[in-house]
Amino acid sequence: MSELLELTAAQAAEGVRTGTVDPGELWTEYRERALADELNAFSWVSGEISPPEVERNAPLGGVPLAVKDLFCTEGIPSQAGSKILEGYRPPYTATAVERLTSAGAPLLGKTHQDEFAMGSSTENCAYGPVLNPWDRSRVPGGSSGGSAAAVASGAAPWAIGTDTGGSIRQPAALCGIVGLKPTYGAVSRYGMIAFASSLDQAGPLTRDVTDCALLFGAMVGQDPCDSTSLAFPEPVGLPTASDLRGVRLGVPEELSGEGIESGVLATFHATLDRARDLGAEIVDITLPHAPHALAAYYLIAPAEASANLARYDGVRYGLREPADDLLTMYTHTRSEGFGAEVKRRIMLGTYALSSGYYDAYYGKAQKVRTKIAEDFTAAWQVCDFMVSPTSPGAAFGLGDKTDDPWAMYLNDYCTVPVSLAGLPAISIPNGLADGLPTGFQIAGPAFSENRILDSARALEQAIGFDGSRARE
Amino acid sequence: MSGYEPVIGLEIHVQLSTRTKMFCSCALSFGEEPNTRTCPVCLGLPGALPVLNARAVHFGLVMGLAFGCELAPRSIFHRKNYFYPDNPKAYQISQYDVPLCLGGRVGDVRLHRIHLEEDAAKLIHLGESGRIHGSSASIVDFNRAGTPLAEIVSEPDLHSAEQAREWLTLLRVTLRQLGVSDVNMEEGSLRCDANVSIRPAGTEELGTKTELKNMNSFRFVMQGINAEIERQTALLEAGETVSQETLHFDPASGRLTPLRSKEEAHDYRYFPEPDLVPLAPTEAMVQAARDVLPELPAQRAERYQRDWGLPEETARLFAFRPELGAYFEVAATASDDSAVVASWVKDELLSRLPAESDPAASNVPPPALAKLAGLVQEGGITRGAARQVLDRMVEAGGDPGEIVEAEGLGAMGDDGELAAIVARVIEEHPDVAERVRGGNAKAIGALVGPVMKETKGRADGGEVNRLLRRQLGV
Repeated sequence: MSELLELTAAQAAEGVRTGTVDPGELWTEYRERALADELNAFSWVSGEISPPEVERNAPLGGVPLAVKDLFCTEGIPSQAGSKILEGYRPPYTATAVERLTSAGAPLLGKTHQDEFAMGSSTENCAYGPVLNPWDRSRVPGGSSGGSAAAVASGAAPWAIGTDTGGSIRQPAALCGIVGLKPTYGAVSRYGMIAFASSLDQAGPLTRDVTDCALLFGAMVGQDPCDSTSLAFPEPVGLPTASDLRGVRLGVPEELSGEGIESGVLATFHATLDRARDLGAEIVDITLPHAPHALAAYYLIAPAEASANLARYDGVRYGLREPADDLLTMYTHTRSEGFGAEVKRRIMLGTYALSSGYYDAYYGKAQKVRTKIAEDFTAAWQVCDFMVSPTSPGAAFGLGDKTDDPWAMYLNDYCTVPVSLAGLPAISIPNGLADGLPTGFQIAGPAFSENRILDSARALEQAIGFDGSRARE
Repeated sequence: MSGYEPVIGLEIHVQLSTRTKMFCSCALSFGEEPNTRTCPVCLGLPGALPVLNARAVHFGLVMGLAFGCELAPRSIFHRKNYFYPDNPKAYQISQYDVPLCLGGRVGDVRLHRIHLEEDAAKLIHLGESGRIHGSSASIVDFNRAGTPLAEIVSEPDLHSAEQAREWLTLLRVTLRQLGVSDVNMEEGSLRCDANVSIRPAGTEELGTKTELKNMNSFRFVMQGINAEIERQTALLEAGETVSQETLHFDPASGRLTPLRSKEEAHDYRYFPEPDLVPLAPTEAMVQAARDVLPELPAQRAERYQRDWGLPEETARLFAFRPELGAYFEVAATASDDSAVVASWVKDELLSRLPAESDPAASNVPPPALAKLAGLVQEGGITRGAARQVLDRMVEAGGDPGEIVEAEGLGAMGDDGELAAIVARVIEEHPDVAERVRGGNAKAIGALVGPVMKETKGRADGGEVNRLLRRQLGV
């Protein structure tokens, strides 16, 4: 295995700056690995043999970046994992991607995902499922499964994805890497092909917490093109903490017991013990409305999606199934272009917003959402962070849950409450259960990313996870 | 008139005079090449997000303040979902249950609300029908997509088509004066729908209403409303009932046809637009709107009646056509009798100028018109002669006094000149004189004309009559 491959992205960037790493070699190494990828992680790989010019002192040091398919990239296929956008090349680039490439992370490739980010296994991808580098008979999680598999397998130094209900954290957990879902509004959504606008957030998927902080710091900031974006209140620093003295970790009973696989639960408790050893105080907390989060989420997200996906009508771009009249053209185009899960959610959302049902479904779900946010606000009175397993299980077999939507939805049981509250949360590798990675989730108050990253780094050091096997 | 009273409410879409579109920075389009004023946002491309136009909000606040509306501290944009090729996102961003402005009034008519929204693209259906059904193909021009609109909804306070037209005129002038829109109906910057019902005169309960669409000129608004009042009256008189429906006005036939129920049966699935934050105008934004409020036509008309003593009709004319008001105010300031000057502007000057033109751009400056009116008032010139002077002034300009002097149009004094002319005319028309003397008083008119002709209008009509009677001994 190449030495370059064993460098984290931050180390490689530092190497480029100090002259010990040649950016051309770095580019070639990763591009060749991406082209040779056997996991179906990539939807597109750059054709450039030499790397795009990057300023020597650029913060991201010329370290190549993999980007989830749903980020618009000018002139480069951006299909959001859907047949309805097959071959679609946008005329503009998403703000987040623009920021990262100008900060010195050239675009290496685009990665596969569940169609329109709807899924937890990347099996809902019109271009085939992505395989888990730890076990190719298993899923990488989703929806940012391509990005997670690419980073875990060493086909990309780092990547970005999006998280609506867990789509960064869960695949990061299942692939044994770090994934951060930022505070809603911290990263611009401009140019991200929308799933659920009030929940979608872009964030990094990286090999370690330091890489995560470095990439995150270059993504944040208010964007005049996104009215819901906010200025990050402080500079994003690289984490340095090596202990957890004075840190109170809240463990919600609702997310740490029933429904969590025993292997996952064992790694979770082992890490709580390490946290105690690092000086953390572990407190029991309660999030009484968290058990209703999935139900609320599966009304709000599909409702927004039903409107966001209505534009794929065959009129201006993407797939069109010609017909003699307008309604038939619409019907055939959308029947052919969308996959089963997307259709299920469009129907759910359309129903939830229908006249006469709005108050009972969408309106009620919004009230639950408010209650969940209030639960977290109350929790912050007694703890600094909420911690839980990222996902109730480790990577499952391909096809195991495709016929059971509810079993699939349960993957996001621990991540969805945080999403509904708009809060930041990280997933860090938390050791193996039966040879498969598990994730440890740390969620905090809005804009507490710096503190979350610090605590995550201290735990990461203590856990000492070795992901090199997935890169072999 | 039948025993029914029409009840009419109007919904007016006004295109706001912003530089750019409602949610993106594309310039507004005025007949440019199709699809040259577009971007990812107004084309509804994947990943694009709307950003609210601050100028459109400013115009909304200007209207709200001018009309005395209640301004919502936090108004909300919603998505109105429907599929159509002119609707690129398949939802229109519009305000729904919390609009920017509530209540208020324009003239005598109460407003229900004013809200902000975006316009659709322009569809052109190829083929004979001109409508989507039966067309061979349809093409879309997205230049108009995302153009900022304000929808102004009146309460049902109007009771005839004529009243509706008058109110629309007032609204148009007011909006133009506020500078929020150029309100050109022919170019589509003002569009009007009407809700029409009728009820037995003297009753309070509202009848079933119908909604009239596609009346894109003031004349069509009147035609459409009148046709609908007639149709509903005929139904009720035949013992039938009016059903609630949307009707399409066909300008060619002047007739109303129901929209197919399929086109009408929409469940728009409104929900709050998650890509925008609530619109909460700051005190500074409201103050900025307050600072630019001009005097409005209704206020101006009132001032003309109160301060200048003008009759209501004249006051409204001058108030609704600000260029006339401005001209009149200068002329009136140079005159002792504003009402008389007003009548010279309205009854004499305007009839000599091209329709809709600005009198300030004519050959007659306001002080000159005031001076001419003054000459008549002082008796230095007759009204008839003054009309001839005004003809000259309109044609070539000049000072009225000098024209009177040069043309010898001054009023005839008591120097016997007029009496001599009267005597000569009687002599020249012995038969007429005989008839008058014989008791036919009306015949005297046949003598007045020649006298006026002889004097080139300089003589006062009353004086001519008096002299004729005296000399004829009647």
